[in-house]
Amino acid sequence: MKSITLSADILIIGGGAAGCYAALSAARHRVGRVVLVEKAHIERSGCLAAGVNALNAYIGRGHTPEDYVEYARKDAEGLIRPDLVLSMARRLNEVVGNLEKLGLTILKDSEGHYAERGWRNIKINGENLKPLLAAAVRAEPAVTVLNHVNVVSYLSDGERVAGAVGFGVREPIQYVLKAPAVICATGGAAGIYRPNNPGSARQAMWYCPFNSGSGYAQGIRAGAEMTTLEMRFVALRCKDTIAPTGTLAQGAGARQVNRLGEIYEERYGFTTSGRIYGVRQEELAGRGPSRLRAENLSPGQIEDLYKAYLNMAPTQTLSWVEQGEDISSLSVEIEGTEPYIIGGHTAGGYWVDTRRETTLRGLFAAGDVAGGCPQKYVSGAMAEAEIALEAALDGAELRPELDSPEPARCLAEAEKFLGRPAALFTTGELAEALQKTMDEQAGGRGAGYSYQEAGLNQAEARLDELEDLSLGLAAANMPELMKIQELRDRLTVARSLVAHLKARRETRWPGFGLHLDYPRKEDTWLRYVNSRLKEGRVEIIFRDMVRGDKYEHQY
Amino acid sequence: MSISIDQVACTGCGRCGEICPGSLIRADREGKAEIGQPADCWSCTACLKECPAGAIALYLPPVLGGSGTRLQVKQEGSLLHWRFTRPDGTLKTITVDRQSANRY
Ligand SMILES: Cc1cc2nc3c(=O)[nH]c(=O)nc-3n(C[C@H](O)[C@H](O)[C@H](O)COP(=O)(O)OP(=O)(O)OC[C@H]3O[C@@H](n4cnc5c(N)ncnc54)[C@H](O)[C@@H]3O)c2cc1C
Ligand code: SF4
Ligand code: SF4
Repeated sequence: MKSITLSADILIIGGGAAGCYAALSAARHRVGRVVLVEKAHIERSGCLAAGVNALNAYIGRGHTPEDYVEYARKDAEGLIRPDLVLSMARRLNEVVGNLEKLGLTILKDSEGHYAERGWRNIKINGENLKPLLAAAVRAEPAVTVLNHVNVVSYLSDGERVAGAVGFGVREPIQYVLKAPAVICATGGAAGIYRPNNPGSARQAMWYCPFNSGSGYAQGIRAGAEMTTLEMRFVALRCKDTIAPTGTLAQGAGARQVNRLGEIYEERYGFTTSGRIYGVRQEELAGRGPSRLRAENLSPGQIEDLYKAYLNMAPTQTLSWVEQGEDISSLSVEIEGTEPYIIGGHTAGGYWVDTRRETTLRGLFAAGDVAGGCPQKYVSGAMAEAEIALEAALDGAELRPELDSPEPARCLAEAEKFLGRPAALFTTGELAEALQKTMDEQAGGRGAGYSYQEAGLNQAEARLDELEDLSLGLAAANMPELMKIQELRDRLTVARSLVAHLKARRETRWPGFGLHLDYPRKEDTWLRYVNSRLKEGRVEIIFRDMVRGDKYEHQY
Repeated sequence: MSISIDQVACTGCGRCGEICPGSLIRADREGKAEIGQPADCWSCTACLKECPAGAIALYLPPVLGGSGTRLQVKQEGSLLHWRFTRPDGTLKTITVDRQSANRY
């Protein structure tokens, strides 16, 4: 296999919302050589592939970034990093202004202000947000974009990161990418749990199924500290299509009702977790399924809803059209999704300082891969990208190159997978086994999101076996090699996740997960569960709540 | 979920394979686009929007209640014309202007 080595001042891994924005910020800061590496193609990769139709993080008129922190704190039952949420919230509106300059259409009221959907939300046409970002990135001569390169490991000595190793997704090429500052922006993790739909519809999931948690996995393997993985994200979504529900609920005023037509939202509270919990409790009480119901809609309003979904989750509109059109009310059955790990919605991810530096020096994290800062969404992921970029530049010239055995080790591993003529098991089969184990033993949908220590112990043992089995897989070509690498990333994340679920002996977010051995929320658990891989074992670290607006790592 | 590719209309330009976020589309022996694992498709419609020949359609699989309606999209300036073709051949078109924001 051919090997290409590239050096840069800044290396950005993942060209999604956060990664593209980091590249644009780097150009604004006149960084000489920026390399942005993306496993797909920045034109339409990651969560933004289909589009989004609102910017969910914004500080509306009459509100302050501090209000945003309080909102996030309440929604997360207290478990946030206030320093992170505050520093993000302070930059949200500037990010939105920059997106408008890039050509994003934002709805305005008659006075020319952004039309707000609640005080944290503005309405946009975000179908082409990703192509707009991509065009802006391409226009920057300082930015070299490597599309179709899957990053698999950092160049690290366990204390510091100074680059990464990747493989071509189409061509048999190894990439060794060196830089004194690295920003990880690979998004969250889907595909760890068994999804809602079977077989031919298994990828009808809400979160981007191609985000395999590889940024978490690489950090975990290199010894970075992770936080709050046990706060999984379960989304409330339209049944079958798994399309987002916010447009119906906040936009069209649809209410959550049970089978008897009762509006029951008040019973379980309006937090993100409370809404999901309500759906399940109503079901257990024999009053399911739940629906979102919008009534007295004019034909024009229905058409607008159809358009809103075409801009973000086209299968929902397709489903409505398939069902027929004589409708003045839209009633959609809703359900919870399989759990995801997403630092942009909940708080799981890298443990970072206020500047977004991880516990590995020279490695920064932004977007869904970074922990401690829920309620980021698109604009918050970008705000973080800018914070990370500014910190990454600070002192970069003082960090020397690292001599790392990783390129040789990764190459040998890849050649083993590629050199094997065939294996008994396929990558898909092991992926299925992972999802079944997590679903049944670690609180998936099939288990009603509940788990117990005994089951988690079984899951741990099975994950170790699957990890061993994955070493014997065979890849006929580079795309198949990527599939193996994605599976191995998910296994690494799952192992740490199970350790986190075991460590938090309480139930803080009942909609996201129920610890049957410890079914209540306890004040003593208002602290962070963190972890680090040490000599092959996940070591748990408890940390006290961070207060105030600044946090520094103690090395 | 998945897409279907009209092998006659496809010119083999390779654009869909470039931009699919899951790198799911490749060229077959004749150089035409082919999706390796249809069940891996996320239904994001990126490939539909990028295909200059309009050769790609999205459909709902039977397990999600699909009955054979196909969705295609054509770009014209800032307009996206989404066309639904029902199994009986009847059509429905919804046009979305990128310059007008979502109302909800
Ligand atoms: C369906 C859906 C609808 C949403 N709707 C909204 C909305 O309306 N409003 C809103 O504000 N937010 C919305 N969100 C949330 C928002 O899209 C995300 O929070 C945001 O995109 C996160 O940015 P990110 O950069 O962390 O991840 P992403 O944008 O997903 O980017 C991650 C990138 O990293 C790449 N990558 C991953 N692993 C590797 C690797 N190993 N090597 C190289 N590259 C890699 C991926 O291909 C991807 O391009 C939505 C999310 C989804 C999934
Ligand atoms: S719809 Fe999206 S995921 Fe499916 S093949 Fe097309 S580009 Fe790929
Ligand atoms: S983009 Fe369209 S024409 Fe080009 S290869 Fe794909 S299907 Fe064929």
